[in-house]
Amino acid sequence: MAVYVQTKPTTIAEKLADETWRRKFLRNVLIPWIFICPLLIIHLYVVAIPAVQGVYMSLTDWTGVGMNVNFVGLDNYYELFFEDETFGKALGNNIIWMAFFLTVPFIMALFCAAMLAQVKRGGMLYRSILFIPYVLASVVTTTIWKNLLNPQRGIGAAVDNLLGLEDVFGVAFLGRPDSALMSIAFIDNWHFWGFLMILFLASMQSIPPVLYDAAKIDGANRWDEFRHVTLPGIRPTLLFMYMMVAIWSFLAFDYIFLLTQGGPGGASEVIATQLYKNAFFRFQAGYGAAQGVVISIFAGFIIMIFVTLRRRGWDI
Amino acid sequence: MTAIGKVSLRDTVLQRGQSKERSRLLVFNHTVLLFLTAFAVIPLLVLAFNSVKTNLEIGQNPLGPPINIVAENFPNAWERGNFATTMGNSVIYVVATIAAELVLGGLAAYALARKKPPGSDLLMLYFLVASTIPLWMYIVPLFVQINTLKRVGVDARFLLVLVYVAGSAPLTIFLLRSYMLDLPTELEDAARVDGANEFQVLTRIVLPLTKPGFLTVGLVVGLGVWNEFLLALTFIHDPNQFPVTTSFYKFVDRFDRDWALTSAGAIIIIFPVMVLFLALQRQFIEGLAEGGIKT
Repeated sequence: MAVYVQTKPTTIAEKLADETWRRKFLRNVLIPWIFICPLLIIHLYVVAIPAVQGVYMSLTDWTGVGMNVNFVGLDNYYELFFEDETFGKALGNNIIWMAFFLTVPFIMALFCAAMLAQVKRGGMLYRSILFIPYVLASVVTTTIWKNLLNPQRGIGAAVDNLLGLEDVFGVAFLGRPDSALMSIAFIDNWHFWGFLMILFLASMQSIPPVLYDAAKIDGANRWDEFRHVTLPGIRPTLLFMYMMVAIWSFLAFDYIFLLTQGGPGGASEVIATQLYKNAFFRFQAGYGAAQGVVISIFAGFIIMIFVTLRRRGWDI
Repeated sequence: MTAIGKVSLRDTVLQRGQSKERSRLLVFNHTVLLFLTAFAVIPLLVLAFNSVKTNLEIGQNPLGPPINIVAENFPNAWERGNFATTMGNSVIYVVATIAAELVLGGLAAYALARKKPPGSDLLMLYFLVASTIPLWMYIVPLFVQINTLKRVGVDARFLLVLVYVAGSAPLTIFLLRSYMLDLPTELEDAARVDGANEFQVLTRIVLPLTKPGFLTVGLVVGLGVWNEFLLALTFIHDPNQFPVTTSFYKFVDRFDRDWALTSAGAIIIIFPVMVLFLALQRQFIEGLAEGGIKT
């Protein structure tokens, strides 16, 4: 038996001189990193670097134009939480928004998915149709519903007509301070809930049928099955989406900006719409950046809650 | 990401036999489902109705089916909404973003799935953390950066595509990487033994076998870009470079009372999406279910 001894190069100079080492380095280190670099550089340029700059910017009084930048420490944050009442209002609206989106679409989606999971014939058709609103652009969805909620020519007016009433349902839902935010949430949900439903349906369909048979043998009715087989079966998806929707609630922008721009009188203002106006219309870039950091902290906080729960042994 | 399983129609819960009682109860299921279907469809029907009515008829009959069908709203909207330009722009944004995303994402995912160079764990952690950073944290400085580049002559459209590519980079890497990890390595090793280089292994072996992953990413990213509003609003200020979304936003603002015109415009925007959706329903739904955990 021939004994083949290869001396391993140790110093860098030796390594570079060694042909096989060079080839290995090229194949296992250099080329892979060349593959990774373009996307990484774009991502650093668009996300990471501006994110760090955003934190710095939030500590200044920069207007967004010119060279006059003064470091003001945490002044912007102090103003946000202790002086700016409109921010408190916007934050409150975000929390109302979250309360809406953590209940209404989840109930609709769970209920619908449970119904759909049992349907064999036509299931695919339902699935496709119910998913359609989700693929529409926000500009289109908001245009459709702006018309449908028009006080003179919308659904409300038609209902009034039908019942022989006047101006009971035919009101400007989007134009009144008490109903604007909920109307926008309703419209956004029209677009969104089908997506949630599809996720739950997919998750329900991966529950082993045996479990349902076992439940039936134990004399479970449909509610028992849902409660003790379906819900635990989709729990990972359910909780994960709970986290995502909670985060998204702090990022909400499109529908509010397109439908009311935060009005009337700030009634539907959320942090993101306020940030947008501060940074791009009102020359308060530093203040807007601080709001961005606050949104991120909320998002991070929600993620932390879920990570902690998972560490404690929850199956998320 | 693993929390969401693939949709498989064959594995429906009701593979087991249905008793008589069950099928009777399904009447209830269908009632609920039809009601929800109506909720999803009726607003779209009203939109379609209004797009083929005259404004005069919309005034008297704003919700019902049209009595006289007119087609002229579409050429009118196309003309006045400048759709010839903006549809072209949107196609450019979509195609450029998908192409860049798939090429650059494919390369990076392959390196991370197969070669695992030193530092790749750290890189995955970076993308994981970065994917949780909300756009709002960096939009203001990014706006400044992009304006600086625009001022020295860089095309705003190119920069918007970069922003789109970066935005979906984490999702692309996670998805494509997980598809590639599912592949057995033997095939690639066999190709290498036959003398293929890394690039050939990727294009000849890995790419054909992970096509569904690329299709998924392409659809999710493409739909996202076609519908995207906020970033286009923020970074594109020349009307000749507007995508359909921001141009439609201004269009609706201008022709606020002209429902016939705006409805036709809306139909024009959703038409390509609907055609693609109906043709590739399954890929769309599964793709968005799998990878749509964004925006």
